[in-house]
Amino acid sequence: MYDIFIIGSGVSGGFIALELSKYDLKIAIAEKSLDPANGCSRANSGIVHGGYDPIPGTLKAKLNVRGTEMMLEMAERLHIDYDRCGAYVIAFGEDDDKKAYELYQRGLTNGVEHLSIVSGDELLKREPNISKDVTSALHSGTTGIISPYKMAIASTELACTNGVEFLRAHTVIGMEDMGDYIRIDTDKGVYEAKYVVNAAGVNSAKIARMLGDDSFDIIARKGEYLILDKSESGIVNSVIFQMPSKMGKGILVSPTIDGNVLLGPTSHNVDDMYDKSTTKDGIAEAIRGAKRSVPTVNERKLITMFAGVRSVPTTGDFVIGQSKANPRLFNVAGIESPGLTSSPAIAEYLVGIMKDCGIEMSTKKTYVMNRPAEKKPRLMSQADANALIAKEPAYGKIVCRCEQVTEGEILDAIRRPAGAVTVDGVKMRVRAGMGRCQGGFCTSRVIEILARELGVSQTEIRKQNEDSKMLYRTLREE
Amino acid sequence: MDICIDKDLVIVGGGPAGLAAAITAKENGIDDIVIIERDKYAGGVLRQCIHDGFGLQMFGERLTGPEYAARYEEKAKELGIEIKLNTFVLDITGDKIVRTVSPDDGMVFYKAKAIVLAMGCREKSRPAIMLTGERPAGVYTAGLVQRLINIDGFVPGKEAVILGSGDIGLIMARRLTLEGVNVKAVYELMSYSSGLKRNIVQCLDDYGIPLYLDHTVVNIHGKDRVTGVTVAKVDEKKQPIPGTEEYVQCDMLVLSVGLIPENELSKGAGVELNPVTGGLFVDDNMSTNMDGVFACGNVVHVHDLVDFVTIESNNAGKCAADYIKGKKNEGEAIEVIPENGVRYVVPSTVHKNCDRKTADFMFRVGKVYKDARITVYDGDRLVRSFKKSILTPGEMEKIKLAQMDIDSASQLRIGIEE
Amino acid sequence: MKREDTVITCIACPNGCDIKVSFAEDGSIAKLEGYKCKNGITYATAEVTAPERILTSSVAVVGGEFKLASVKTSKPIPKGMMKDAVKALYSVKVNAPVKVGDVLVENILGTGADIVSTCVVEKV
Repeated sequence: MYDIFIIGSGVSGGFIALELSKYDLKIAIAEKSLDPANGCSRANSGIVHGGYDPIPGTLKAKLNVRGTEMMLEMAERLHIDYDRCGAYVIAFGEDDDKKAYELYQRGLTNGVEHLSIVSGDELLKREPNISKDVTSALHSGTTGIISPYKMAIASTELACTNGVEFLRAHTVIGMEDMGDYIRIDTDKGVYEAKYVVNAAGVNSAKIARMLGDDSFDIIARKGEYLILDKSESGIVNSVIFQMPSKMGKGILVSPTIDGNVLLGPTSHNVDDMYDKSTTKDGIAEAIRGAKRSVPTVNERKLITMFAGVRSVPTTGDFVIGQSKANPRLFNVAGIESPGLTSSPAIAEYLVGIMKDCGIEMSTKKTYVMNRPAEKKPRLMSQADANALIAKEPAYGKIVCRCEQVTEGEILDAIRRPAGAVTVDGVKMRVRAGMGRCQGGFCTSRVIEILARELGVSQTEIRKQNEDSKMLYRTLREE
Repeated sequence: MDICIDKDLVIVGGGPAGLAAAITAKENGIDDIVIIERDKYAGGVLRQCIHDGFGLQMFGERLTGPEYAARYEEKAKELGIEIKLNTFVLDITGDKIVRTVSPDDGMVFYKAKAIVLAMGCREKSRPAIMLTGERPAGVYTAGLVQRLINIDGFVPGKEAVILGSGDIGLIMARRLTLEGVNVKAVYELMSYSSGLKRNIVQCLDDYGIPLYLDHTVVNIHGKDRVTGVTVAKVDEKKQPIPGTEEYVQCDMLVLSVGLIPENELSKGAGVELNPVTGGLFVDDNMSTNMDGVFACGNVVHVHDLVDFVTIESNNAGKCAADYIKGKKNEGEAIEVIPENGVRYVVPSTVHKNCDRKTADFMFRVGKVYKDARITVYDGDRLVRSFKKSILTPGEMEKIKLAQMDIDSASQLRIGIEE
Repeated sequence: MKREDTVITCIACPNGCDIKVSFAEDGSIAKLEGYKCKNGITYATAEVTAPERILTSSVAVVGGEFKLASVKTSKPIPKGMMKDAVKALYSVKVNAPVKVGDVLVENILGTGADIVSTCVVEKV
């Protein structure tokens, strides 16, 4: 019997697990995929927002501002890169100028610091590649960039270091209130828990209904993106937004934390919650939108395209708290933008609510505060690299040529708590296969390392989900 | 303080280009050579090219890739040339310091008198052709499929569609078929195949695999593993024609959509790249714009036959040796400019008054020509012309010019006249 | 018996001549048309009489630095036997070391061709 059973290991599930792991509780986090971060947390803009956009008084506004506040310390604890590079929301003409000022005012109401309005001329000095048609911009000094999937993976990992159980490839198919506890049926077996945290992303409405909660619904909204080669880094130094609309924050041009350039997203509602396909029209729209902000964007330097499906709540705000339909159910749903930013704050807020609901939580005596940093020989001095390689030779073996990732880093990613078991899991953790050749060189090597380390045949290695085997059979009889 | 090992010659890459350059440099009196090879074996991509057809120019035999590689590897061993396997070059600086890393030696810096860049090329992948759709398992480049089968020993799928009729794609069509994979078809965007004719006959026609020209894949289906692709016919502008879409069921899409010289290290070192090909500008000594940095093989331009890589690399090895010994080519150099359908020419500059009878020029054309002439002009003066019954983008063209012709020219422009 | 006329694409050089082969009543070659050089005659004749190909493939190696040795047939084998020859290699295992030129399977499927290694696999 678990005290708390969390469904979904995106950023919400991961940070909630991490926050709860401070306490003497028996916790599991169930993930439908083989590795964490396979839904919206995998495919979004990777922006830690300032907090000027959400409507004052909403949970979005409150948790965005608090999340940004927490992010510096959290990134340090988790050892993930985070750069407060700042952002501009650019205005084209008088109407936009007014909207920029409104955003500025709203930001002040939300308690956002480091906001200012800059003129078009001033912006061109700071960001010379921006469109000459820009008339003014809102500058947000606290906006930053981060890897969203690293956030989910790192928080899940540290939670597991602190005793949380990671149930990979577990799809919840039904739940029943047994009076004293909830029975959770998954495709891998039956579990029991006193409380359930529903952080199931696009599936959260479906999960809530399993316990009779139909108080909200989720609209799936697809966003398509392009990533440009690192050779394009420097085209912008900060995140460049256009004016937000009803459909979201619009198409941005942004540096990524790993040195690439991100364009997108488009924003279209879709019927299929799992529709992560890119389309010719969508990609063209993202390029057009990006060029409106930064005309010199060179889409020929494209290294990959992807799409994510955001969970848009029908209530208009994050759905966080105890379910009215079942007191053993806590929903964390509709976590669209600024969900990534808010995630540590969401966890703090939810655990506060759980305590208020009378769930007993006593602090553990031993709690690991920090996730150990990854060792990256390519960034080390000769002496440090040689000391490491002498001890662990795998750190001298480059596996991914584009990103210069070593076998040592891949082994570490596999061996960590809730470690990688798939090709994409390795890719998200250490960037093997994320460079300009997109895995042409390293894929076969990564499969070999995964199989060796997990003690299975290479034909058992998957790309991401259970049905995504990479290889069909051995060439010759074993 | 970083510790540097001094070397006369550092060769980056132990494939056919690097091996040939090292052997020739050694034969020309340079002893202090190291070849840096990232894989666990020398020979580069030849090791996975187990089909035959290599070596017709060099040996008059139809060798397989591993056999061709073995000949040069053995020769290098005989000559006592040091090959550092499992060793990766992290970067090269402008002052010819090569930073390497390996499990055995750790991080090692070499300070080289001369460097030969011989990193080869890599395959273009899905984004290079803006191929949208799902991102399931089962979308592989042809070279990756070749490695998975021939080196790692795994068959990656059951039913394949191949996009692009480059040579590796054609070779893999046959290999997959012989291993029991159902290869449904090869689709080619262009109106001609970029592969060698003999490969179309022996790899597709022999097994009844259809080749559809003017077609492309417009969508990939399957959330986890590929379940199929949508193909369509394209118009003259290579845009898919609405209404011609067709769904083809398969669990694997093999991409053979072109090769691109692997020049990230060169770029980092400050070597000038040819924006047309992604290759390097070199002179007739295979010297780049950087003093003492030479290059050869597919890192300069993508060759069709490995034999020509060897010939070019022998030249690079010899010239690097001369450079180390202090022999420099002081003569005036003139520009060699591609025009009229010629995409690029190697070399891009050539020296006058050299002690040789002829000089070679290699290039590729941008489309198919029949009964055309290769023309070489100096200003308005036609220096030479060569009749060709056929010229195709899939094959590298090679012409020889007399040194006399070079000596009397102020510039050479190489083009095609129909 | 008279055979249907056929067209062979020559692969001797990039010209890729389409050579039309016409047959006499007894099945022998009556006429070759469309070739630009002598190589075309040789190639087209072989293709219509007894088409043969060199097969290249892989054989499993036990105890070596690599799992597979690349191999080829020592001489061309009938085109129609290529797939069966590969099937026959499926369960073959050889012990390391393997050198270039080692005969790994003799007289494959009675074709008179041996399966010969084209690479080096050291023992580990």
